[in-house]
Parts: sequence; C-alpha cells; structure tokens
Amino acid sequence: MSSSSEWETVIGLEIHAQLATKSKIFSGSSIAYGAPPNTQANLVDLGYPGVLPVLNAQAVQMAVKFGLAIGARIAAHSVFARKNYFYPDLPKGYQISQYELPIVAGGSLEVVLDDGSRKRVGITRAHLEEDAGKSLHEGLPGFSGVSGIDLNRAGTPLVEIVSEPEMRSAKEAVAYMKKVHTLVRYLEICDGNMQEGSFRCDANVSVRRVGQHKFGTRAEIKNLNSFRFVEKAINFEVERQIEILESGGKVVQETRLYDPDKGETRSMRSKEEANDYRYFPDPDLLPVELDEAFIAGVRSTLPELPDQKAERFSSQYGLSAYDAGVLTASRELASYYEEVVREVPGEPKLAANWVMGELAAALNKEGLEIGGGKLPASRLAGLLKRIEDKTISGKIAKEVFEAMWASGANADAIIEEKGLKQITDSSAIERAIDEVMAKNPGQLAEYRSGKDKLFGFFVGQVMKATQGKANPAQLNDLLKKKLAG
Amino acid sequence: MAVTIHKRTLAQLVAGLRAKEFSSVEITRLFLERIEASQPTLNAFISITGEQALQAAGAADRDLAASRGGALTGVPIVHKDLFCTAGVRTTCGSRMLDNFVAPYDATVVAKLKAAGAVMLGKANMDEFAMGSSNETSYFGPVRNPWNPALVPGGSSGGSAAIVAARLAPLATATDTGGSIRQPAALCGVTGLKPTYGRVSRYGMVAFASSLDQGGTITATAEDAALVMREMAGFDPNDSTSVDRPVPDYVASLNAPLAGLKIGLLKEFFDKGLDPQNERRIRDALAVYEKLGAELRVVSLPNLPLSVPAYYVVAPAECSSNLARFDGVRFGHRCDAPRDLMDLYKRSRGEGFGAEVKRRIMTGTYVLSAGYYDAYYLKAQKVRQLIAADFAHAFGEVDVLMGPTTPTPAFEIGAKTSDPITMYLNDIYTIGANLAGLPAMSIPCGFTQAQGQGAGQELPVGLQIVGPHFSEAKLLNVAHKYQCETDWHTYVPGAWQ
Repeated sequence: MSSSSEWETVIGLEIHAQLATKSKIFSGSSIAYGAPPNTQANLVDLGYPGVLPVLNAQAVQMAVKFGLAIGARIAAHSVFARKNYFYPDLPKGYQISQYELPIVAGGSLEVVLDDGSRKRVGITRAHLEEDAGKSLHEGLPGFSGVSGIDLNRAGTPLVEIVSEPEMRSAKEAVAYMKKVHTLVRYLEICDGNMQEGSFRCDANVSVRRVGQHKFGTRAEIKNLNSFRFVEKAINFEVERQIEILESGGKVVQETRLYDPDKGETRSMRSKEEANDYRYFPDPDLLPVELDEAFIAGVRSTLPELPDQKAERFSSQYGLSAYDAGVLTASRELASYYEEVVREVPGEPKLAANWVMGELAAALNKEGLEIGGGKLPASRLAGLLKRIEDKTISGKIAKEVFEAMWASGANADAIIEEKGLKQITDSSAIERAIDEVMAKNPGQLAEYRSGKDKLFGFFVGQVMKATQGKANPAQLNDLLKKKLAG
Repeated sequence: MAVTIHKRTLAQLVAGLRAKEFSSVEITRLFLERIEASQPTLNAFISITGEQALQAAGAADRDLAASRGGALTGVPIVHKDLFCTAGVRTTCGSRMLDNFVAPYDATVVAKLKAAGAVMLGKANMDEFAMGSSNETSYFGPVRNPWNPALVPGGSSGGSAAIVAARLAPLATATDTGGSIRQPAALCGVTGLKPTYGRVSRYGMVAFASSLDQGGTITATAEDAALVMREMAGFDPNDSTSVDRPVPDYVASLNAPLAGLKIGLLKEFFDKGLDPQNERRIRDALAVYEKLGAELRVVSLPNLPLSVPAYYVVAPAECSSNLARFDGVRFGHRCDAPRDLMDLYKRSRGEGFGAEVKRRIMTGTYVLSAGYYDAYYLKAQKVRQLIAADFAHAFGEVDVLMGPTTPTPAFEIGAKTSDPITMYLNDIYTIGANLAGLPAMSIPCGFTQAQGQGAGQELPVGLQIVGPHFSEAKLLNVAHKYQCETDWHTYVPGAWQ
C-alpha cells in the first residue's frame, strides 16, 4: 500500500495543438481530416528527392497569436531545426521542428482549481513543427500481414506548448490542459477536436518525497487524447512510481504509453533506447524574422480572452467567479449567454442559471454543441421573459422548456397552447384557497392550533387545484392571511 | 552543314538557328551522333534521350520558323543527372536512384525548357555529387576527353567532359565544394558557380543544402551569361533563393577592365600548387594587367581551415538529406526484407556506394550528442570567419584570383584509396561555397601531364571569385580575358 500523502507529484505537459491553417506548414496540401489515405500528400509531403519546404505564413501568425495570449516573448529570430530519426511515416527521415530558438518563450496561464483557488502555470515555450504521417498496422482492406502508411497528416502544422513542471496533481494537469484547450479555440488557431487528434498531449510525470527539492526521475506518457485519459494515466503512473519507490526500487526514465482499455501505462522505450535526434538548423529554411509591426498586427487580431471575458462577466452581470468561468469556457457558450442577456437584460443571473442548468443538461444528454441551432438564444430568452414578467413560474418554465426542446416551438406558443399562464388574479387564487380549506377542515384546525408545518400542505393542495399555475408569491401571501382566519 | 558546327559556341549556335543556317533537328542529330560515338570512351552520359530530343527540336524548329520561342530555342543542352526531369530518370549517379523517375521538372530544367532548350540527356556525375573525380558514380567513371586515362574531375565530371568534347554547348552542373569549377578546370572549359541563392535549388537532389548551387559549364563566359539570364532568379519553391532582379549578364560582358582591382589569394599560391599550374596562372594575371587591371596580394588567414570545416558541414547536411532514401517510397529497395530494420539496412547498404556511406557516417557522427558543439558548431563558426575574411578582402579588391586546382587532371584510380588526398583537390574551391560567393573557372593554358600520359598537354583553370551577386562582373572579367586569349577554343584532338 502506498501512502501518497508523503509524496508529491510533479507534472509537466507537452500539448500538441494542430493549427487550423488552410494548408500544411511547408506545402500547399490541404489538412482537412478524413480524406482517403495519401490523397492529401504532394511531393513535398512525400519527401521526394529535390523538393524543398516553404513556410506557411498563417502558421507563424497563429503561433504568435498564441504567444501573445499567454503573455510570452515572441522571438524576433527563431529557427527551424531538423529532428533526425527513421520511421516509415516520417518521409524525409527528419521532422522539421524548432529546437534551440523557438518562436514563443516564457508565458503563463492561470487555472481555477476545484476548490476555487487559482494557480499560475508557467509555459516554457511554444514552437512550430510538422506532424508525421500515420502507420496503419491492421485493418487494411485487401491487405494482410503488411503495414500501410497514410501521409495525409504528414506536414500538418502543430504548435507544441511545453509547460513548466509546475502541476502537482492529475486534476491540476487537466485543469491546465482544459485552459489551453479553451484558449486555442478562442484564438481560432485550433479546432480542439481531440478525437481527431487535433489536440493531444504528452505528460511528464515524476514523484518526490514531500519537502524534497530535487525532482524525481520522470516517465513521459505519450499521446493522450482526452482529458479523462490524462487524469487516469497520470494517476496510474503516480501510483506506479510510488509503489516502486516505496518498495526500494528506482523509477526508470522512459517513454510510456497509456492503454485506456486496461487503464494502465506500459513501457515503450527506455532512455538507453531513445534516439539521438541530431538536431541541427534546417538549411532549407531561412530563420523566421519577425518585426514589431508584424507582432502588433497579430496583436490587433486578438479577441477578448477567456480570463478577460470571465472578469467582465463577473463585474458586468454580477456572476460568481465560478459561473463566469463556466460561461466563458468556450467562445460559443459565452456569446450564447450574452445574446440571451441582451434580450433579458434585467435577469443575468437567471439567464446564467438556465444556460448552465437546463440548457447544458439538455445539450449534454443529446451530445450536442452549444450554438448548433437546436435552441437559438432568442428562443431561450423568450422563455426567460415570461418568467421575468411572471407569466409563468420557474417550475412551469421547466415544463415549457421541455416542450420547446422537443418541438422547437417558442415559449409563448407553448404557454398559450397548454394554458400554462400563471394565475395572478387574486380572487381566483382566493377561490381556490377557500375550496381547499373547506375540503380539509381537520388540517385547518391543526394548523390553527399551532402546527405551522402544515402550511406547505396547503400550498401543495392549492397548486394542485390550479395545476401549478398560481403565482407562488401571491399564493403565499393570500394563504397566510386566509389560514390565519 | 559545315563539319565544325559542333565547335560553335552556344551564342553562335543561337545565331545560326535564328539565321536558319541550320535547323535544331540538324544540330540535335549531330550532337546525338557525337554522343553515341563518345559513350564507349568517355561514359559522360547516364541517360541519352534522343527520341524526346528530336521531338523537342522539331517543335523548336516550328517555333523558329514562326519567329516564336525563347532565348535558347533549339539549342541542344544536357542536364547533370541530379536535376529532376519529369518522365526521364534522375539517378544522381547512384544505384539508389537507378530506377527513379521524377514526376516533376526542377526549376532550372523548367526554366531552360521554357527558354526553348532541347535536352539531349543526363550527365554522369559522382554519386550524389560526392567526389572530385567522377569515380564514385555507380555508372562508372567519366573519362577526361584530353586523355581517357585521366579523371575529368568531379562531381560534375560528365558535364565538363561533355562540353570539352563538344557533345553539347551547355551542360548544367552543381557546385557544393568545387563541383563545377574543378572539373571545368581539369577539362579546359568555363564553369560558373553562382552566388548561393541566385539559382533555385528546387528539384536539385540535395547533397549539402547550405552549400549546393546550380550553375553552368560552357565553352565561354559569353555562353554562361546567355544561360544565366534564363536560369537565375527567385523561386517561390526555394526559400533560400534570393528575391532580387536578374541583371542582363550579356549586356555588361564588354565593360572595360581598366582600374579593376584583382586580389591574389596569398593562401592559394602555396607549396601545394604545382609550379606548372602556377606559371599558367601568372601568365593569365599578366593578361589582366595588360587590360588595365591592378594586382595586389590579399590574405584570407582563415582560408586554410576551409577543407576541415567543409568536411564537417557538408557531411552533416548530407547525412540528414539522404535519410529519405530508405527503400519505403522510391529508389532502391532490397529484396524480401524481413522487417523494417532489415529493409532500412539492406536498402541503404546496397543502394549507396562507399564514398556516400563514408560521408553519411561522418555527418551522423559530427551531429551526435556530445560531438555537435566540438564539430558542427565549431565548423559553422569557422565558416563565419572565412566569410568575414572574404568580406574584408572585397573591401579592398573587386575580384579575387588564383588557381582552381593545385594540379592538372590525375589518373583514374590514383587517389581513390586515400579520401583525404582526394578531398584536398578542392582546397582552392571550397572557400567560395562556405561563404556563398559566386566563382568561375576559365581555361588559362596548358601544362605537361605527369605519370601516365606524360608529355601530354593538359588544361589549367584560372579561378575568379567575386562578392555576393557579382556574377555580371565575373562574367565580364572572364569574357574580356577570352577576347584576348584562345585557350577556351581548344578542343581535345580526339573530339575535333
């Protein structure tokens, strides 16, 4: 048994975000996902003799945009280097990346943890590089016992975002990764699609005794493509390392793979087996020289960033930090919310509750994305207006919402059709109260003799009699008066 | 048709075609016949594309008849076999690419095609341009037209031999450490290596990307000027090509040389220089003095480090550039590989020759962890010092002159067992590559051969180096010399 309270976990992440450029980083091929194998690979992507790479300016802009958004230094001079190793899905025998002089260095992001506390995670660097192709070892139609290579992905632009080893738990790592995920989508530099591999990470994990200064030996878990896997893989790896250390063993520096089916990590290659990549500056590409004007130009394209937006939501709409954080988690969600508020300006908190509550639950249940058109913001606003003007109660509103979700009709039509309009006519409510009191003389007597708890019983009965349509506040007032005699 | 048409310069052939003195088909046929006849002796070609050439010549004649076409319409030319040519195999002199047919034209090939040139075939060369004698070619050595027992130089040995034997008026070539100038000198023809970035490298199979530069081998400087006007220029497909206007190299050929300041490279007139070669160089310098130029000795103190620096940088880049030849997508693949590692090892083991392997291993070594700083990084620093030396010299003089090679052509097999001796053949040429400078070699006389073929006359080359993008000046300087002398008109006895 391990006693994890004596151990501190140290995590650093290398996140690979695929840039949403039109074409590859060094060739004109499309990077669209899902095309038949090798239909999006031209001579440059195939590494043909004599061809040369030409840098995609859009990829540079996107990397700079990211750098500015994390408050990093944008290098006036950065250099592409070759990372040399042999693999069939690496056509040139080297990957073009950045090594000693990356385009972005020294930024940070603040994450909000589950307990509401905030933590700043340092970002060492972010560099541009090309992706490799894919090796397909099984399931090739018409072939058996051979491996296939699909080079559609070869040359796809990536920005690799390397954090400082500053995260201390799997949850922190996930919070940080989610923050980066939110940011790259805000910046519209990455679609964030994790299933398609557009956003993935390698996690460097080590443990050390609490109070110990030196880092423990780390393992690198490769290619994690979901938040859940990141959390599970790190937790497994931490346990594994603690067990080794507590039983007197030594953690080996190695690369490991996470097996989601078994929920464990396993060794891929050790440090001794690791490649010597023989990095050197790529002589086919000039250094990337960026001047102030270029950087200022990119800065002018920055949108309102998640943190800025959350802060504004708190102050402008009076939302809690938590609510503001949730509502700004994606640009689509935030703009949906603001659209609702624009139509129901008096009820920002009510709007927040509905967007984060009923709407989020309904979307979730059907696996839909916000802003996908299923329930436009104006529709939801139409419902909230009827709550605001007391046409319906909050409780009835839920019923209306369900009907709206199912039929696509607007709130007013459903209220009208189903006769859900709230009863605000005092005399009608009084009539209902009188009837209930007459039907329940026993309970009335008990209440009057001091059993206050029965008030709820009477509310329930009147609501039942009015099919829930009685205005709750009015009902309360009138009922109190009537019961008091 | 006069028997000496093949001796005409490229400029004269262009004029003759325009004047309808002869047709492109006629001269194409003439050169093809000479090529066929030469192959058993010289082995200068890896591919001869007669049928396509005659078709292209026919089309050129129709263009000429209609007064259409470009500056080189109808002129037969040859490409070094590392320029990719769509539909015609590009071997790089290697077994690795014996079966390789590129699906595209190199920019140089496309530009010369657009100018109307007619390709006769692809020139033999040292394997992947690694060699100084053309003996590393998988397709056998090229022989020197002045004496078939001797090497033509390398790596563009085929290109130089072709022009020397008048098998074509132009052969494209490439120069990484002297591969245009050294064979031009050894074969008695005119070679131009332009400034790094002046000619697109797109479609040139890379040896050492930061040093490789495409250029020309022709009989005269005037011919080189005509071709460079078509070949040079920015290429969006090559990020290292330079976006600046291409001057009219022909227009400035006859500018007077009075007052031209010529720097004599002190380090080149050293004990390694054959005294006979030195005499021919001094004779040439006297001609320049007569033309009004001033001579002064300049020193490039770091130049002696150029060979060691080169043999770190070039192999380093080569080890990476040649990684793509892995038997997976193109080129040689071993029979029945057992697994991936076996595929790599045998395909590369069988596909590459000894010199290529030597350089891949050297390059891999100098880039590996723990050695990078001591070798690669230090070599790059030396390179900067050498470039600074040149820049300093060009503050004082307009061009630098010296020998292209220490000795005339040597015997086949004489240096193959000792790579270092072979590497030292490029001692005078490598500096220009490390500094990215334009340089030429022009014929400046003959010397007596030693050893086998003793007593025979062999050509000597004068090297001219200029500042970046000074090709127009170099061509002018070379052309004025060729107006005063006739060394460039000599054709080996067997190829009259």
